[in-house]
Parts: sequence; C-alpha cells; structure tokens
Amino acid sequence: MCSPDPPPPRRNFLKQSLALFAGGVVTLVPAASGLFFFLGPLRRKETSNDAVHVTSLNALPNDGVPRKFNVTADRTDAWNKFKEARIGAIYLRRTGERDVHAFNVTCPHAGCFVDYQPERESYLCPCHNSLFTIEGEIASPDSPSPRGLDSLAVEIRNESEVWVEFQNFLPGQTAKIIRS
Amino acid sequence: MRMLIDWLDSRTGCRQLCREALFENIPGGARWRYVWGSTLVFTLLIQFITGMALWMAYSPSAQTAWESVYFIQYEMAGGWFLRGLHHYTAQVMQVLLILHLMQILIDGAYKAPREINFWFGVLLLLLIMGLSLTGYLLPWDQKGFWATQVATNIAGITPVIGPDIQRLLIGGAGYGHHTLTRFFAIHAGVLPAMIVALVIGHIYLFRRHGITPKKPLKRPNGLFWPDQVLRDSVACLAVLAAIILLIFINGGAHLGAPADPSEPYSAARPEWYFLFLFQFLKYFPGGLELWGAIYIPTILLGIIFLMPFIGKWRRGHAFNIVLAWFLLAAVAVLTWLALAEDRANPTYIAAVKEAEENAERAKVLSRSDTGIPAEGAASLLRNDPFVQGPQLFAMNCASCHTYDGHNGRGILPEDEPSAADLHGFATREWIAGLLDPEQVDSLHYFGGSAFKDGEMSRFVKRRISRYSEEEHEKLAEVIMAVSAEAELPGQKEIDERDIEAIERGRQHLLRGDAIWCIDCHRYREKGELGDAPDLTGYGSHEWLAGIITNPEHERFYGETNDRMPAFGVDRTLSPREIDILANWLRGDWYEEE
Repeated sequence: MCSPDPPPPRRNFLKQSLALFAGGVVTLVPAASGLFFFLGPLRRKETSNDAVHVTSLNALPNDGVPRKFNVTADRTDAWNKFKEARIGAIYLRRTGERDVHAFNVTCPHAGCFVDYQPERESYLCPCHNSLFTIEGEIASPDSPSPRGLDSLAVEIRNESEVWVEFQNFLPGQTAKIIRS
Repeated sequence: MRMLIDWLDSRTGCRQLCREALFENIPGGARWRYVWGSTLVFTLLIQFITGMALWMAYSPSAQTAWESVYFIQYEMAGGWFLRGLHHYTAQVMQVLLILHLMQILIDGAYKAPREINFWFGVLLLLLIMGLSLTGYLLPWDQKGFWATQVATNIAGITPVIGPDIQRLLIGGAGYGHHTLTRFFAIHAGVLPAMIVALVIGHIYLFRRHGITPKKPLKRPNGLFWPDQVLRDSVACLAVLAAIILLIFINGGAHLGAPADPSEPYSAARPEWYFLFLFQFLKYFPGGLELWGAIYIPTILLGIIFLMPFIGKWRRGHAFNIVLAWFLLAAVAVLTWLALAEDRANPTYIAAVKEAEENAERAKVLSRSDTGIPAEGAASLLRNDPFVQGPQLFAMNCASCHTYDGHNGRGILPEDEPSAADLHGFATREWIAGLLDPEQVDSLHYFGGSAFKDGEMSRFVKRRISRYSEEEHEKLAEVIMAVSAEAELPGQKEIDERDIEAIERGRQHLLRGDAIWCIDCHRYREKGELGDAPDLTGYGSHEWLAGIITNPEHERFYGETNDRMPAFGVDRTLSPREIDILANWLRGDWYEEE
C-alpha cells in the first residue's frame, strides 16, 4: 500500500512476516472465539417431537367445523424451563367418530394467525389475504401463500383424548420444512 | 492493483495515512520496553470483541443475570472460553497498566510537553478500573453482589456528595433491578465510549510528541513498522498465552451462587487487584474511615496528577520514581497481607467452603430436569432442603436435638443433647437402635429427655432384652414394616425388595402376636391414639410435618410431650420451613445421577 523512503534492507521481509503472523494470531483468537459463539444459533438442535394433549373428543362436535385450540406444553427458553406454557395454537376439525384433522394456525406466507370464516367455510389470513379451503388447500390463484395450511399429525388416545404432534414450519417456502 | 490503490488514494489520501501510521520514526530504535501501550490496546480490543459477543447472550435483570451467565458458561458452545477470555483479560490488564505507567515514569515520558497525555493516561487507568468494578457485579452472584455493596457504600461516605452518588450508582435507595441496568449501561456503554475517546486522544498526542528515548542515543533510529510492531505483536502473543493459561489453570471464569440479599455471605472480597484498598481500610477505626477510603487515595491521586510539574527538576523526577516504587511496594505488601490474613482465618475459610458448596448446588439444581423457574435461580437454593435444612435445623432444633452428633452444620454442641439424634430418622437402623436395650436410654435416643425412664424405655429394656430368637426375627420384620411407613427415598429399593418381609411385619403389628406395639401405639386400624406416637405413616412427610407443627397433638406425644415447642402452632416456623425440614430429615432432596 505504501512504503518508506529510503527503501528498507532485505532482512525486513522476515521481520514483516513475523510481525504479520504474530499480529494475525493474536487478533484471530479472540475474533474466532467471538464469532464461534455468535454463530451458535446456526447449529441446529434436535427437536424432540412428542405429541401433546390438546383437548378431548367431547369438546369437538362431529360437524366438520374447524375450532381453534391453544397448545400448552413444557417449554425450554435458554436457561428457563416453563411448565404448561402456551407454545402455539391449532385448528381442530372433526369429520368422523374418531376422525380429527389439525392445522397450525400460522399462515405459511409470512407467519400471521389465520382466521376461520364460517360463512365462507374457508380460512382467510388477515395480513395479505391468503385464502384456504376448509381442507387447508390454497383456494384462490391470488393467494400469496406458497403452500396450503400446515397439517399436523393427530392421535386419539384412551378413547377420547386428542393428542397432536405440534410443530412450526418455515414460512415463505413451497415445501413444508420443520422449524428447528 | 496499483491502479486500484491510486484510485483509493486520490479519494481518501490513504497512502499518506498509511505512511504516517506505519513509518513513525523511533529515535534510538525500537525497544521491548515500549510494548506495554500496544498490549493495552490489544487487551482493550479483546474486551470489545468478547464483550460484544457476551452481550448477545447476557440479560441484565435480577431474575436473569446469573441465569444467563450460567447458561453462557455451561450450556452454550464456546461460552466458557469466551467468558474466560473476557474475565482473565481484565485481570491481566491491571498488570499491564502498571507496567505501562512505570515505564512512562522511569523514562520521563510524562514530562513536558507530554503532561496532558500523561493525564489522559491516568484517567484511562481509572476508567479501566471502573470497568472492572462494574463488570464484577454483572453475573449477579453472591461474591460480586456483596463486594459491590461494600464499594458503593464506600462511595456513599464521600463528604457532601456521597449519598447522592450512591443513589445514582445503585439506581435508588437499595440494590435491585435498576442497579443492574445502570451498572450494565455504564459497563457496556458509558465507560467504553469515554475510553475510546481518550485512547484516540492518547495515541494522537503520543504520535504528536513521539517516543521519549534515553539520551544519548546508542542505536540507530528505527521505524514503527516492522521493528516495533514485531516486538509489540510478540508481546501480545505472550499476553494472550498468559490469558489462555489462566483460563485453563482456573477451569474458566468463576461463578458463585446466585445473589441473595437475605442469605448471609461472609466470603465477600473484591477482586485481587482491589485487595490493597480492602486491607488498607482495616487500619482505620471508626470515625477515621473517611481518611482510608477517600482522603488518602484522593491525595495520592492528586500527587500523581502533579507529577509532570514535580518532575521538572531532577530531584523532582527522582521523587516521582521513588514515590511510584514505594506505592507499588505498598500495594504489593497490602495485597499479600490481605491474602495471608484470609488464609489464616478459619471463619473465612469455612465461609468460602460453604460458598463453593452453595455455588455447586445452584448449578446442580439448574441443570436438573426441572431447570430454572421464571423467578430465577436464587429461588432454587431458597427452597432446596439440602441447603436450607441444615440451617433451619441448626437454628431451631439443635438446641435439643443433634444430627449425626452435630448441629446440622458441623458444629458440635456444648451441652449434652436433651432429645434424640435425628440423622437417619425412621430408617431401619435408627428404629432398630431405638428398640435396642443398650441404646434406648442413651443420649442418642431418650437419654437426655424426660422419657429416659419412660414406659417405652422400660419396655425395651425389660421385654425386648428377653426376646427369644423367634421374637427377634419378628421384631426385625416389624422394624422393616414401620420404617416402610416413611417411604424414604433412600430406602425405596430395599423396601421394594423386602416387600414380603414387610407384609409379615405389618401382620405381626396388626395381630399383636408376640409383638405388642399396638398396646400403646396406633397402627392403621388397630390401637389407640393418645398414649404414644402414631405408627401409621411414621416418618412420612406428613407425619414429620405434623409432629414439628404440634408435638402435643394426640397423634404424637399428646400431654406427655417433654419440651418440644409446637413450631407450627406458635408460628415460629412457617409451613414452607416445616416442609423443608421434613424433606431434609427424610433425605428427600434432589440428587444428580
């Protein structure tokens, strides 16, 4: 970049290299330590996927109408463990004796809560007007959502307990990718 | 390449800047003694980088500070090393500051025209010490909390403005949320900003006046780059190696138990580089503490600020150097004295040991499956039977009872106990001892109490001593059955394993065949209350809570109660405290696998 005047003797090259090397090492160690720590969130954690008890069949009339339920489970947030914390919400729709479908309320477009509109028998997202059929499919070509509502696995345990494998998925993707 | 640099240079003048930065002329050549300033810039850089990285994970509130530091240290990848760098660089900086100051004084680099630069340097020294002081509080552990209490109290005794300064520092009348938010803003915002400004000024002024070499010049002139930079970077390498060595020798930065204003802490000490002040204050009796804490340090600081003027004369310069060495020696002696006195102080050593045990326990509880609740980790220790049980026992029970011969906290009683030793209460061994003719009226059981020659004692000594072998076998099963009533966590396995023997023991009790406990005791549906403690649920949590609450209840000793207070009825102990004691006596506390 710049050089002194008059030009320096030859053994300067060794000195310059050593100075650069030593300087490089001492800067690199704390910088790398800080960077490694800062990039921690990029390392994916194994998300266990246990089903969560949401409600009972008695609270779900067999009429095919979607109803919103809160999902509570034990939650770990960094250093805190919370018991019975609200981790999200789902729509449950009962279409048979033991036939229950679940959707995550989160719109796959940009993450807003989707509303169910009984008079239209479809889901409408209030943010950017994505429209979904009662089966969760994209209802109109104008809908900005890249995919339909995210369905979740449902289990009926002990005759009447409704258990759901609650998960969140990445918005803005055509594929359903688990958020981990 | 050359064209690119030409373009940059015509827009920014970078070539000239580069030349000025790198090719500073050093009269007398580059020297190792000039490295300290650069090592300080280097360590400051480490602190900025590690500080900002830590800032990504640190949460400055009374419920989350300790918890976030615990998480960084033990749960986040690379957290322990990052925190270690930050902590030990701060320690090493104190040494580098002194080395730099001493070199400046000895080489006369503080004299005209460098007075203002010298003052900038002294200010930087004070600001960096301020960084250490504020940083010490941020983990919100017991050590930092109590040490800073002392520091802010000292600030508070400054004449006239003291109380106001104290209120400004701690954000109110007492320590709380705002203390932490203020200290953090000062540590991460105010002081770094002031330091950056002063360092820029310090380097500018230094470059303006140049190095102060020893005259006459013995070696040819040198250039900053690469001669001095080489020495500087090698010195920084040595400094970094020292820091990393400190991290590994100490197993990372220390973290004490969560701060708890209600929990006594006798092991409070400032960091080692403030120990000299701590020791100094011991020599000033009441009424004179202002001299030790404020006046003398301020006067000495004033003299240091005046050194450029004192140094105008040769005698003055000699005086400055002698004073500097004297102060350094005094600081070293005071520090050594502080450490030596602590090492010879058994109360302090015991306090440190207890502090370490509590710190370890806090971490064990934090990493358990239940984890840290929303109200923070201090509540974990406050509700932990393992920690609180011995304290409650020592304070409320040990005036009569013993626990494994001591008061629960290791201190032996001065008088003979007047009630049973409760270590292992309701275990099979304990009950067997009670039913042993040799032990029943010993001090371990009824010996110190009014029941020494009571009916139970007589029964054991006259009847059980004459039991046949068959009766002893039945007695052994009865002991197992009564002990099983407690459902002690530590006995769970053998209670399950011996379930058949226990069932036989239960039958012996209920049928009253050869073993006549139900003559006086109630046991399940047999026997009556009122003459002797209920054997139903003996030693269980609710049984223990019941007897501590009211031993005079007919379920326990009734009217024959000796001297045991009704702790729950008198409200001497709260239900929470009784719950903790009951759990502790049953050995019911969290244990790591």
